[in-house]
Amino acid sequence: MRRKYVRALSTTALAAVMVAAAGCQDTGGSTADSAKCGGKIAIFGAFTGDNAGLVIPSLNGAKLAVEQHNTAKPDCQVTLQEFDTQGAPDQATPIANQVAGDQSYLGVIGGHFSGESDATMLTYQAAGMAMVSPSATRIDLSQKGVKSFFRVVGHDGTQAAAVTAYLKRQNAQKVFVIDDGSAYGAGITAELGKLLGPLQVSTDKIQERQNQFDATVSKVKSASPDWIFYGGYTREAAPLVRQLRAANVTAKFIAPDGLYDTAFPEGASGGAEGAIVTCPCLPADKAGGTFAADYQKKYNIAPGSYGAEGYDAAKIFLDAFEAGKQTRADILEFVRTYDKQGTSKYIKFDANGDVDPTKVVIWAYQVKGNEIVPLEELKIS
Amino acid sequence: MNFDELFGHLGQHTVDGLAKGAIYALIALGYTLVYGVLRLINFAHSEVFVVGTFAVLGVWTAVGLENNPPVAQAALFLLLGLAAAALASGGTALVIERLAYRPLRRRNAPPLVFLITAIGLSLVIVEILGQLLPDTLGGTMTTLFGRPRQVVGMPTIIESKPLFTIAGTSITNVQFITLIAALVMMALLDWFINRTKYGRGVRAVAQNPETAALMGVNQDRVIMLIFVLGGVMAGAAALLWSMRTGITQNELGFVLGLKAFTAAVLGGIGNLRGALLGGLLLGVVEVYAATLYNSSWEDVVAFVVLVVVLMFRPTGLLGESLGRARA
Repeated sequence: MRRKYVRALSTTALAAVMVAAAGCQDTGGSTADSAKCGGKIAIFGAFTGDNAGLVIPSLNGAKLAVEQHNTAKPDCQVTLQEFDTQGAPDQATPIANQVAGDQSYLGVIGGHFSGESDATMLTYQAAGMAMVSPSATRIDLSQKGVKSFFRVVGHDGTQAAAVTAYLKRQNAQKVFVIDDGSAYGAGITAELGKLLGPLQVSTDKIQERQNQFDATVSKVKSASPDWIFYGGYTREAAPLVRQLRAANVTAKFIAPDGLYDTAFPEGASGGAEGAIVTCPCLPADKAGGTFAADYQKKYNIAPGSYGAEGYDAAKIFLDAFEAGKQTRADILEFVRTYDKQGTSKYIKFDANGDVDPTKVVIWAYQVKGNEIVPLEELKIS
Repeated sequence: MNFDELFGHLGQHTVDGLAKGAIYALIALGYTLVYGVLRLINFAHSEVFVVGTFAVLGVWTAVGLENNPPVAQAALFLLLGLAAAALASGGTALVIERLAYRPLRRRNAPPLVFLITAIGLSLVIVEILGQLLPDTLGGTMTTLFGRPRQVVGMPTIIESKPLFTIAGTSITNVQFITLIAALVMMALLDWFINRTKYGRGVRAVAQNPETAALMGVNQDRVIMLIFVLGGVMAGAAALLWSMRTGITQNELGFVLGLKAFTAAVLGGIGNLRGALLGGLLLGVVEVYAATLYNSSWEDVVAFVVLVVVLMFRPTGLLGESLGRARA
């Protein structure tokens, strides 16, 4: 009797835990029943998981844009449906099939990372949906002949050039280059290596979800560089930089936008102090209009990485709805010919879906305590 | 292939590998103990370790530990962390046994059911740490354990400094403590299993549960004991891990658990000394492989070594035994 009771209880407890854990996956807006104007768009990216801190500002920016629109135009309601991919291509693919197959979705914001964008762009192209990425920066994404992929952010070629120029200005002599083997990290690191030439003394590759970096630390110590470049995301960078510092490596640390996430200094417990993070994204106060103030008011925090870009991406679709576009094909055409000042930059796409490189502004930020503060604008030449 | 680096600093890489492997070895003990007695691979053991790291993190945050505290304070907080981790990990292991495995055992469930239960439990604990705790505790959780699901840094409790240098190979204080602590824990456990009354009970149940029961050994108590012992070892590993790497995350356990399980198999699963040997060997092989090429290859090389070893010694380096032969 008692045994049965215990068993039933434990089974129930387990089931309850599983249900609780499985719940709250995503929160969607309400379905708006709109007649002529408005419609439904999807946004996908790493809204939870290791590197969510990099993507959340963009999601919030997009939500802010939609909310402002819906308040201003009560008869033109737009629904923004969130899909959390945790940044993983294998999770983004089924979502892409679902969104592409549901004709009520007229456009998609994303992917936020290069890997998930790469994995899903053909699906969205086949469905004739415009895909506007706020933050996927890998160069070749726009060079694969996919006609429905656009991004409101500069690609890694520009960023790598800015990093190289910065390192040369800082009189760097030996740069040790490390990447995480991801679509984004390996891409920008390879690009940087080409530009750095002989300044790059040595390289190493780590793997995603790695925790212990003894071998990398030894290699860095043997090469005794004055700068370390890391292409990748927060999950691995935080323990890596911490272990480098623990081993008394004093070389300066520089990384592209993948680490523009306060989880990086927090996870490194002081190890990231002084690290430079570059980003093709503007500091909040430099963004146009009232965006920064509105964002601050709504979320009670300054817009971090890609907040303005997320806002811009949503704005493109909102403008399309306002212009009365109601089919995927019309919206795709509208995005292709979009030509307007955005919050982050002037937005007009070239034939590949990239914004004009001269309009792209790269900023260097620096880690101070648990904050990432703007340092200076990076000139490419 | 970076042979210059590997052979130029071979001693250094060996020491790095041994320190890395010492933690694998401590976790591997949990797998080996349970397997030795129950012939069950407790895949939830990696999460027992993760719970330990969270306990260390919570205690250190609660007492307001900052980077590089004075030595006396560091020693006190290390002991505090050890107590918390041992309690949390041992407790988790015990709860797992009571809630999940014992009911199955009572019904004579087939081995596969145990295995799938273990994997399921492992996922459940990962999600409890990642979702249920943050949702129920709210702000307290974030204050104590950092952002849910993301990698969380802990304060540096001991600043890593070279302790002594032999022929160009420097051993840092952190590496030294890790290795010595792991060896001491190991020796204690070995003594406990081979020399005490309780240990005799464990070996008896491992050899022949029915006969042991006839001789008056309480099987349930022995099984609880091995789960707690494995948990305490995982707790010690969690403390050393926190001191050495200073990070944790709800999903940390998967890779580490896999490595520790590999170490256990490499040394001969069910064999305590085998777990130590397997863990250290695995750590060294990984560091060598990562140095020779890069870190993406360390897992590949580690598993190739495992396969090769098992080809020639199918029961692992030291053979499977927990009391069957001399350990």
